[in-house]
Amino acid sequence: MKMTGAQIVVDALIQEKVDLIFGYPGGVVIPIFDALYGAKKVKVILTRHEQAAAHAADGYARATGKVGVCLSTSGPGATNLVTGIAAAYLDSIPVVAITGQVSTPILGTDAFQEADMVGISRPITKHNFLVKTIKELPCTIKKAFYIAGTGRPGPVLIDIPMDISKATLAHYEYPKEVIIRSYKPNIVGHPQQIKRAASLIKGAKRPVIFAGGGIIISGAHNELLELAEKTNIPVTTTLMGLGGFPGTHRLFLGMPGMHGTKAANYTLHNSDLIISIGVRFDDRVTGDVNNFAPYAKIIHMDIDPAAISKIIKVDIPVVGDAKNILTQLNKIIEPGDYAAWNRQVSKWKGRALFSYPKSKEEIKPQAVVEAIYKETKGEAVIATEVGQNQMWAAHYYRYTKPRTLLSSGGLGAMGYGMPAAMGAALGLNKPVIDIAGDGSIQMNIQELATISLNNIPVKVVILNNGYLGMVRQWQELFYNKRYSSTCLMEDNTCGECKEPEKCRKKYVPDFIALAKSYNIPAFRAEKPSEMLPVLRKGLKIEGPAIMEFIVSREENVFPMVPAGKSLDQIMEEK
Amino acid sequence: MSLHTISLFVENHSGALSRIAGLFSSRGYNISSIACGITENPTISHLTIVVSGDANILEQVVKQLNRLIDVIKVKDFHNEPVIDRELMLTNIHTTKGSRQEILTLINTFNGKIASASSSSIIVEMSGTSSTIDNFITLVRPYGIKELIRSGKIAMAEAKN
Repeated sequence: MKMTGAQIVVDALIQEKVDLIFGYPGGVVIPIFDALYGAKKVKVILTRHEQAAAHAADGYARATGKVGVCLSTSGPGATNLVTGIAAAYLDSIPVVAITGQVSTPILGTDAFQEADMVGISRPITKHNFLVKTIKELPCTIKKAFYIAGTGRPGPVLIDIPMDISKATLAHYEYPKEVIIRSYKPNIVGHPQQIKRAASLIKGAKRPVIFAGGGIIISGAHNELLELAEKTNIPVTTTLMGLGGFPGTHRLFLGMPGMHGTKAANYTLHNSDLIISIGVRFDDRVTGDVNNFAPYAKIIHMDIDPAAISKIIKVDIPVVGDAKNILTQLNKIIEPGDYAAWNRQVSKWKGRALFSYPKSKEEIKPQAVVEAIYKETKGEAVIATEVGQNQMWAAHYYRYTKPRTLLSSGGLGAMGYGMPAAMGAALGLNKPVIDIAGDGSIQMNIQELATISLNNIPVKVVILNNGYLGMVRQWQELFYNKRYSSTCLMEDNTCGECKEPEKCRKKYVPDFIALAKSYNIPAFRAEKPSEMLPVLRKGLKIEGPAIMEFIVSREENVFPMVPAGKSLDQIMEEK
Repeated sequence: MSLHTISLFVENHSGALSRIAGLFSSRGYNISSIACGITENPTISHLTIVVSGDANILEQVVKQLNRLIDVIKVKDFHNEPVIDRELMLTNIHTTKGSRQEILTLINTFNGKIASASSSSIIVEMSGTSSTIDNFITLVRPYGIKELIRSGKIAMAEAKN
């Protein structure tokens, strides 16, 4: 069939079963937006900033398991996508980012709105393409979706010059499949390695399962549960793995690492065998690498051979898809005797994985998250921003199903939550709650317009402490309480702040008034007694809502393992 | 730190080289030499990269190279018998008195004279890196006006 480049892009999206994309137009992508105009099978959500388009595509992908798509113009439009692409890259999220580019004859001439996107995005994409002729366009799009969604997923960028969008291909046909000779992800775990893993598990005395985002990507949650229950081995999951194992399960230890539970950290530290699945031993998890799990042998199952022994030397690597490996392992696994170990582990667990000092005077941020958990019966999909809000959302909400926590773990991109929630809510066609801080929420606050106009059921919970709380916490603990540039109420009359607790300055912006200007219902709770009513009101409303909670200002996230310390050196609430 | 010779077969298209180089530069590693050219299959290029670095980290880099979509095959020739060669061109200052000594040296090292004038000789030489290093040490006192090396290319030794 005869088609223009722009029409090919739209048809390819349809062939890839993409029904929703997030985008923002500009000069060189007008042809593509023109082809999208009136396209019945692909809906375009116009965001108010390209960063939000990238995060929305990411949130859509995390929630649905499908490839998310974002579209921007060249130059500034494309560079605005960068944070979102990097966030998807670090968390292995399948996103296809389509960027317009200046026409091929003027490539590399510093043309208007030209930026070398293939160069800029190289270290933050799984792969990227510059389309140089219209002939290669169909196959390139096919490859992009294939690469993004298979193996260890990740973002793929396609840079399409304007003259390619406008050119005509006489005989267009979307390829049924592509073969890339240098890209063949290994799915099937090696049976011999799995046998060796099984025998190590049987012989272990103090084993622990350490699972990550790979469980969720691979859809191996049932297999993980089966392994844990068959063997009675305790399970800890990383932030990215939360929901990959039921947070309410007797074997669950919570997450490990810098803000992990005492139970998870002590269990990892004292274990003699770590069965790690779909994790990458991030520094926020391992603490001091040289002192990580000093007594343990390590089994590492991962689809990415480059993740094996990258940070921690592994004893038994098993390369493959987590679901495939666990299915094989579950067939041959025999448990050892871990009774004494499990008694020790439950002592570390104590009565609750996390606790905080309750208050009658102030709303505690942890209490808000707990209340969200109770009010939604643990069935909500939660997105988070980054910082303290993110850690409390991880601690006090118990995720029992995969793809119910959407959080920028690797990159830690503030401003992620609201657009991601937007993408997820549209992908799932149900409400998504964004747990936010008053700092993070302002990084993509412009998306209130997108949410309002499209009536997207995003429930924004703002835990307002008037600070960039996580940095302030570090300043309190490690920088002698010098709150440099972390107070969001600081104005030009402040000078050095001696008594932040006595500050009565007015918070800017007034989130309720702001929400009103976007035509979004909003409620504020300032006292503990107002917390539940506000939450219920906001959750009950169909469509978007904002719930602001004025929380205790200097609440800290505990437990905490200070950066660079080993996992047994935990600071707890005083 | 040890010297590694890494051999790569990659897709012959734009962008492949910068991806590969990026994996080294993001770790702060300086590539000592890089030689790139086409293979018997015109869609495949071959690169030989010489880089010095910590062996464990380089093992990781090799894994990451393997992960690149453009990379078809990677091999680290560390601790393995290889045939390696470099090409050198150098312009050596000559005088009436020194010319004969220099010609003898070139001859001993199996070099060729690529061009000559009354005051200089351009020598073309291929050999292992250490042979070329030796030659350079010996001719340096005569005055090297210009010297360039191609970087090493390497291939595993022929096997039965």
